[in-house]
Amino acid sequence: MKDHFHTPLRQTPFHPRTSALNRLNQWGAWAGYTTALAFDDEAMEYTAIRNGASLYDLCPMVKYRITGPDAAAYLNRLTIRNAAKLSVGGVHYTVWCDDAGKVLDDGTLFRHGAEDFMLCCQERHLPWLLDSATGYEVQVREVTEEVAALSLQGPCSAAVLQAAGFDMCNLRPFRMAKLGFEGVEITISRTGFTGDLGYEIWATPAQALPLWDALMRAGAPWGIRPIGTSALNLARIEAGFIITNMDFIPADQAVREDRARSPFELSLDWMIDWEKGHFTGRRALLAEKARGSSWALVGLDIEGNVSAEGSLIYHNRKTEVGHVTAAAWSPATKRNIALAQVRRPHHTGDTLWVEVYALRELQYHKLMLRAHVTERPFFAPARRRATPPGAF
Amino acid sequence: MIYDAVIIGAGHNGLVTGAYLARAGMKVCIVEKNDWIGGAAVSRELYPGFTYSNCSYVSSLFRPEIMRDLELPKHGLQILPYEGGAVLTRDGGYLAMFRDHDANRREFARHSPRDAEAYDRYSRDILRHCRFIRPLLMRTPPDPSSFRPRDLSELAFLGRQMFDLSETRIYEMIRFWTMSISDYLDEYFENPVIKAYLAVSAIIGTALGPMSPGSAYVLLHHYMGDVDGNVGAWGFARGGMGSISRALGASFAAAGGEIRAGKGVERILVAGGQAKGVVLEGGDEVLGHRVISNMDVKRTFLKHVDEAQLPAGFVKKVRNFKTRGSSGKLNIALDAAPRFTALPDGAPMYRGDLHFTDSIERMERAYDDWKSGRFSRDPFQDVMIPTMIDPTMTPPGKHFMSCFVQYAPPRIAGAEWTDADRDAFGQTCINQIETYAPGFKDLILHMEVRTPRELEAEVGLTEGNIFQGELTFDQLLFNRPVPGYAQYRSPIKDLWMCGSSTHPGGGVMGAPGRNAAAEVLREARLGSDMSDAYAVL
Ligand SMILES: Cc1cc2nc3c(=O)[nH]c(=O)nc-3n(C[C@H](O)[C@H](O)[C@H](O)COP(=O)(O)OP(=O)(O)OC[C@H]3O[C@@H](n4cnc5c(N)ncnc54)[C@H](O)[C@@H]3O)c2cc1C
Repeated sequence: MKDHFHTPLRQTPFHPRTSALNRLNQWGAWAGYTTALAFDDEAMEYTAIRNGASLYDLCPMVKYRITGPDAAAYLNRLTIRNAAKLSVGGVHYTVWCDDAGKVLDDGTLFRHGAEDFMLCCQERHLPWLLDSATGYEVQVREVTEEVAALSLQGPCSAAVLQAAGFDMCNLRPFRMAKLGFEGVEITISRTGFTGDLGYEIWATPAQALPLWDALMRAGAPWGIRPIGTSALNLARIEAGFIITNMDFIPADQAVREDRARSPFELSLDWMIDWEKGHFTGRRALLAEKARGSSWALVGLDIEGNVSAEGSLIYHNRKTEVGHVTAAAWSPATKRNIALAQVRRPHHTGDTLWVEVYALRELQYHKLMLRAHVTERPFFAPARRRATPPGAF
Repeated sequence: MIYDAVIIGAGHNGLVTGAYLARAGMKVCIVEKNDWIGGAAVSRELYPGFTYSNCSYVSSLFRPEIMRDLELPKHGLQILPYEGGAVLTRDGGYLAMFRDHDANRREFARHSPRDAEAYDRYSRDILRHCRFIRPLLMRTPPDPSSFRPRDLSELAFLGRQMFDLSETRIYEMIRFWTMSISDYLDEYFENPVIKAYLAVSAIIGTALGPMSPGSAYVLLHHYMGDVDGNVGAWGFARGGMGSISRALGASFAAAGGEIRAGKGVERILVAGGQAKGVVLEGGDEVLGHRVISNMDVKRTFLKHVDEAQLPAGFVKKVRNFKTRGSSGKLNIALDAAPRFTALPDGAPMYRGDLHFTDSIERMERAYDDWKSGRFSRDPFQDVMIPTMIDPTMTPPGKHFMSCFVQYAPPRIAGAEWTDADRDAFGQTCINQIETYAPGFKDLILHMEVRTPRELEAEVGLTEGNIFQGELTFDQLLFNRPVPGYAQYRSPIKDLWMCGSSTHPGGGVMGAPGRNAAAEVLREARLGSDMSDAYAVL
């Protein structure tokens, strides 16, 4: 343990496989791990997500296990959504805030038992989670390294699971099932970050390689491919999902005070349960509800086909009112889409323009493009919800 | 010959002031008592082939605006960032700090999983305090009792800085400026070793213990600098800290400035309430239209100005200015690299700062000795081996080790330090190192041991205070050095101050010298190529 300075970035339990397959040798750091950005062809990897089946190494996602008689009550204090309403075997997306009602992180909450939850998120929060636990009969443990997780996504992902011997036909979205794999229990949840049909598989590090091999073997007829973060990022933009530290700064990391955002300002206020009793940030959020918020997070549909990454947004081409946090030409919708933070009230009208610097052969073209606020998700195929899922 | 300005002392601040004035067209002479320049930013070869950083040893505070304005890179200045460090613990283990965020988190997690995840919020909060203070460094503090337009606008600037903060931030800031580092760290961390490592910057050069109120600010003073934009980072000056002064000296000379080294100022000439020049030891006079002192405020006014020329109230305030020394220094020439039992071979920690004080409690006990007028029996040491990175300071394979030590009182139980006291102090320090690096003592080729007595004798730092005056809240901003005289002027017309006794204080920062030059030039109505502080985005 003392020699870890030799390897500042850790390898996930799937590294022996992912490194063998990474023909492009494109790696990036994610939460302290070396992860593949692309394996051999980003466009084909993206296509696997939307056409067949794709496999993504999820291990770096930070995970906390929350157990004890007060676990649900504790999570109700911590998060804005009602954790008590989440039934055993269920999963929900959630958010937690600081006292000022600013978002600390978002994540997915898995209810494994009446008194047993797992919280998955992007950033690290142990001191906050422990401080919030005072007075509750609950244990909070950071378990990131104890779980090996894969995301199997794509219209054929149910078929791949079936072929691998996991029958998930009756598993509805945001539900999970436990089953055996080589004599040890694994969990499969119908969740994902692609907005498509897909599953996440939660195993132990010891099961990692056999699990990978089994899925790759079973998925071969459907052209299963390992995918890197670049392909996934395109899919998640189409799905309209946000990422901490890409689309917003967590309140406890924001050096500049004006960078923190509330659930209203990230358009996540639909999750707030005002009736469940007190939760951290409630008073501030009530006040904000009465007063109004400063920002909104919106989806944009931008004219033309030049992607608007990092662009500034103007009202009537003049007044700066926001910025793009993620953008792409969307292959699935054939639209030029973006996620953006926009100052209210400009998020509703139809006055927005984005200033794009498009690099073409070492020179920038400066473009002022019309942007329309539009519904998220940008891409929402019926197959993502169908139960039982179709064959493709 | 009457110079436009005579500067007393070729410390780095005197050199900065001189260089700016000379570049603005003034005829400037710097008189320095030592045969060399640099004051506490000095590198001397005390053992053949070995360059030391005899006093200051690391750089972060030195303002990049000054480096650029005075073209110091052209005159040879190079700052090398260094990597992290470690506290070696008494049980044979260690806690390391790494520049890599994730390696660092995992290292902290070995000691406390909770603290590992607390570090980001801590860094954010410290950075927030830095962002508040940084814009103030290169501005003349306002006189809060004056109604001159410039004072009002500077006060308004200060007010705006405050006003921009949220209510919570104002509370946090006022708490931070008055708290002890121990209490402050308790709000974030639980592990004693982690806290001991982080508390260090709050006691360096300070006659406070980690449990003394006000020590948290001192930490900020050490975090508000940067190495090439990396706020809070520290680095080595290539060739030793003296190369900063050498580059400044060359820049000054290139602008036509003169340095007279080797004879100290005996007395500042005052006639008709106005400074006229200086009289050197031996009687030579150097005349100037203005005199600017780089010496600390006590030395300047209590030793070199006829008190009868000064208002009694001012003299009293100067007397009461706190300059209690707290630090000593060992400079060691080593025959080979030392090996610390706890550290893996080749570990990057060797290229950073090494400490042996593994709890705040122990640091506070070291301070208890200082209070009783003794040097610490179990001292805190900041040990660095710059030659792990800098190839220019020793022959290959040999090393220079710099040990900054706390606590060493200005006087031993009320009496002057003796040579025997100094030697005992030195032995205590090297014995401590030897426990963590057996065989270390056998590598010593030469050693320079400096207590507050030696620092005062050589650099002129009253009571050996390394910052030319303590960095406590009562002695900062418009109260530095004394209320009413924070604008680099003195009660005597044409007698100015430019050393670390003035705002924003000590450290190899250059800001006092630069601000003093700005005031002198403003009063002389001379334009200059001086940059404003870089904007904080
Ligand atoms: C042991 C030690 C370690 C330090 N470590 C660090 C560090 O690592 N990093 C950091 O940033 N800071 C450090 N500091 C602090 C920093 O070095 C000083 O605050 C800074 O160098 C002071 O610069 P100055 O120009 O204001 O004054 P000084 O350096 O004090 O310069 C004053 C000059 O005046 C001269 N002088 C005095 N009396 C007379 C006289 N009668 N006639 C003519 N000349 C006279 C002196 O010889 C000297 O050259 C350290 C200081 C010490 C002592």
